[in-house]
Amino acid sequence: MSDDIRPDELLETPLARLHRDAGARMVPFAGYAMPVQYPTGIIAEHVWTREHAGLFDVSHMGQARLVGPDHASVAAALESLVPADIAGLAFGQQRYTQLLNEEGGILDDLMVARPARGAGGGELILVVNASTKEADYRHIAAHLPEEVELRREDDRALLALQGPEAAGVLGAIAPEAAALAFMTGAPLDLAGIPAYASRSGYTGEDGFEISVPAQRAEELWALLARSPAVKPVGLGARDSLRLEAGLPLYGHDINQETSPVEAGLAWSIQRRRREEGGFPGHIRIAEEIAQGPLRRRVGIRVEGRAPAREHAEILDLSGELIGKVTSGGFGPTVGGPVAMGYVVPEFAVPGTRVAVMVRDRRVPAEIVKLPFVPHRYRR
Amino acid sequence: MTIRYTRDHEYISVEGDTGTIGITDYAQAQLGDVVFVELPEVGKTLAKGQEAAVVESVKAASEVFAPVSGEVVAVNGELESAPGTVNEDAAGRGWFVKLRLKDPAELDGLMTEAQYAEYVSSIS
Repeated sequence: MSDDIRPDELLETPLARLHRDAGARMVPFAGYAMPVQYPTGIIAEHVWTREHAGLFDVSHMGQARLVGPDHASVAAALESLVPADIAGLAFGQQRYTQLLNEEGGILDDLMVARPARGAGGGELILVVNASTKEADYRHIAAHLPEEVELRREDDRALLALQGPEAAGVLGAIAPEAAALAFMTGAPLDLAGIPAYASRSGYTGEDGFEISVPAQRAEELWALLARSPAVKPVGLGARDSLRLEAGLPLYGHDINQETSPVEAGLAWSIQRRRREEGGFPGHIRIAEEIAQGPLRRRVGIRVEGRAPAREHAEILDLSGELIGKVTSGGFGPTVGGPVAMGYVVPEFAVPGTRVAVMVRDRRVPAEIVKLPFVPHRYRR
Repeated sequence: MTIRYTRDHEYISVEGDTGTIGITDYAQAQLGDVVFVELPEVGKTLAKGQEAAVVESVKAASEVFAPVSGEVVAVNGELESAPGTVNEDAAGRGWFVKLRLKDPAELDGLMTEAQYAEYVSSIS
């Protein structure tokens, strides 16, 4: 991460003033000053999101559009870079996918949405990670055919409203929101604020990600925060929520070395793409799907209370190194330490007993199925 | 009772030849929710500056160093089941370790309460 950037060089989201007013602790993250927590603290914010609705500022993420003459041409352009079926997206549908390098390693993971009907012919909405957005945009732009254009939407903010009460809160402002299915989106009029909301998120809970023009972001934040079901939640709880939900974090659980198959993301490569290929690294990925990868991302439940963190070694019971933790910490809903990491396939079986090195001590642990906390998406 | 502070935000509160070590309220606020504290064994001898404990917040692990040399005579067992006590009362019930001081003169190199308050305001 870009934690070494001087505070005065940090970028701010359109909501930075509101975070400071709310008493947030701001930390450098991917070149932005971001709220890591509000005064109630990470655990309270985490639990609130699981029980009610958490409001997150994720405006540091990259929002962009691919624009071309029609859906087929824009989808074909993007399909040359990602393994998901983009051509098959229905109006309003969204998919999770990865930008891949020639070796099938992950350059970034991203959301791709086809706008709802009537929003224009050939358009795709992209949301990419903050830490990789400049590289992503260069990569995408360099590989586009002449008739397809990448348009950055740096003038937009992105809010996430997550938790079991999110639909009630957003539905009270715009009833259509409550009717959206998981991984679909639609333009919404939120008390006069023009927004585009999708039913998705990064917590394992039901919820929405809501894109708005930057100059209306404060207004929308205040509108949502007015509900007694809603509290602001910082990046600290965002991380513990996604960890419990088994969702990988770019730069930690997935990177340019890991393939989507190793990462347990083969579900995001639809059948047509597996059969036809036509994306970077198809040879490796097809081979891994057919024969199994050399390592797999797994969940690890560590005994005791000491969290096993990123880079901790994973050992078999004879003390042999079998992998490493890629992210780990305390899971407030689980009530103990949780971790993810990669192990060789013979150990990637739920129930396998292993050990994790925490400060030079072997701590007993067990390979478990992800997620740690069941997803509660609205299917 | 004398209280002294380190630049790493430990405190040591001394009564007779025993010092109680913990982290300051400023430090607990910076760390956020404490979820685990690893404590040394009673009887262990610690040199000044040696790792005395590890405090784990949701975000990260941080070492707690012995502000002075001595022998561990007690550890706060309450933190095992209730690590959040560190957040609630860092300067009181959230203490980590009691040390029998080896050389009380080592306290002279630490900050007084006023010096520590000034130090904290200079970095925050």
